[in-house]
Amino acid sequence: MSLMKIPYYPGCSQTGSAREYDMCTRECMAGLGIELLEIDDWSCCGSTPAHTVDHSLAAALSARNLERVEAMGHKRVTTPCPSCLTNLKTAEHRLSRKDFREKTNQLLDRPYEGGVTTKSVLQIIFEDYGVEALKARAVKKLKGLSLAPYYGCIMNRPPEIMRFDHHENPVAMDKIVEALGAEAAPFPLKVECCGAAYGVPRSDVTARLTARLLDAVEDCGADAVVTACPLCHMNLDLRQSQVNRKQRRGFNIPILYITQVIGLALDIAPEKLGMDLHAVDPRPLLKKLEGGE
Amino acid sequence: MEILSMGKSCDATFIEDVKRESGQDPATCYQCGNCTAGCPYTFVYDIPVNQIMRLLQAGQKERILKSKSLWLCATCESCTTRCPQGIDVALIMDVLRHMARREGYAAEKNVKTFYDGFLESVKRHGRVFEMGVAANYNLKTGRFWTGADIAPKALSIGKLDFRPHEIKGRDEVKRIFRRYLQREEAGE
Repeated sequence: MSLMKIPYYPGCSQTGSAREYDMCTRECMAGLGIELLEIDDWSCCGSTPAHTVDHSLAAALSARNLERVEAMGHKRVTTPCPSCLTNLKTAEHRLSRKDFREKTNQLLDRPYEGGVTTKSVLQIIFEDYGVEALKARAVKKLKGLSLAPYYGCIMNRPPEIMRFDHHENPVAMDKIVEALGAEAAPFPLKVECCGAAYGVPRSDVTARLTARLLDAVEDCGADAVVTACPLCHMNLDLRQSQVNRKQRRGFNIPILYITQVIGLALDIAPEKLGMDLHAVDPRPLLKKLEGGE
Repeated sequence: MEILSMGKSCDATFIEDVKRESGQDPATCYQCGNCTAGCPYTFVYDIPVNQIMRLLQAGQKERILKSKSLWLCATCESCTTRCPQGIDVALIMDVLRHMARREGYAAEKNVKTFYDGFLESVKRHGRVFEMGVAANYNLKTGRFWTGADIAPKALSIGKLDFRPHEIKGRDEVKRIFRRYLQREEAGE
């Protein structure tokens, strides 16, 4: 397989609360022979707060990064984070309108005229690398593991902008998980919202929505959840104890990143994938893989 | 039941403003209720999203702009994806939130405080500094215990970063915000 090179936009969460997502993404991509070229001096995309204030402000914060991708001589960029993804893609979409582009460029030092395509890391693996190639590369079969694939609300929606997989029943992670020898549990709430950024200002709201997701995970008999979103991960994992307290539950469900799951199949050490950095320790579950129980 | 006197309270300019800023036509909504059926936040909304659409058709500016719902919408895109009329409902909610800000409404003050603090952090460092945002939020809202329950765990697994990641181009990011504020103040 020829070496693929692609500019990489990690996103702020991946330098802080979700640093293990960055670790396992880099390990996983290196394992697949995909070279990530981190954008030099990238800045925040503005996430949810920016678009709730103004669309040209949000687009300018994204465009500064897209312009840097272009300056690297590339036309594509990848990010592991669905919130960054949505901002970069929405900016690109809106910037195709001349009046909006002019309004946005007024805010920037260096104007950006458009032309960079953003894909999630998951999309690169699923579409560009391919499930068959992945299957061939996987040296360790994840037999005996049942995973609930949770996509979250914005990776596939709205379909006109996101243009990846299905907006009601996405299957990319299901297919990857199955190709690696694990079982994709029939999880019904694939695209339901986890409570997003309300964990800080309205943790009661997030706890209720997250409890509903974790109830469904238990109902479908999965051992763990597999996600591709650092905010979903934070709500499901770090806030799981909060959910237990506020919603009177007793969950103890490990939450894995898709790039951790792939990394395991590539036989990368769990610590290198940051699996010791989750609130709910997933390592006892890995014993199941060794047949140790 | 509350009765609205349409003749007196319908603000036609408001409808036009929303149409222009969102590029959507709220008049095509026929109240099927799909948006509300799929909305994960209806349980905390004071006005369900389909009723916001109806109030919008009726030009009920104040009723809408002072609604909590605008600040509890997470832009999860469920309504937009499922609208049979192809209305980008989440985009309309976003535009209504912009208007609420401009008119000084924020029915969920803590959500606004959190968002503002987040952007302040981006403006200052070029990237968001999570610990700084959390500390600023607790200070501004006086809710000093926010996050205290999960902080020890977060600390033990190394999730708390005590130093911001300053980027070289942070002045460039500052200028984006400055130019935006200047434009807003000029009312353009």
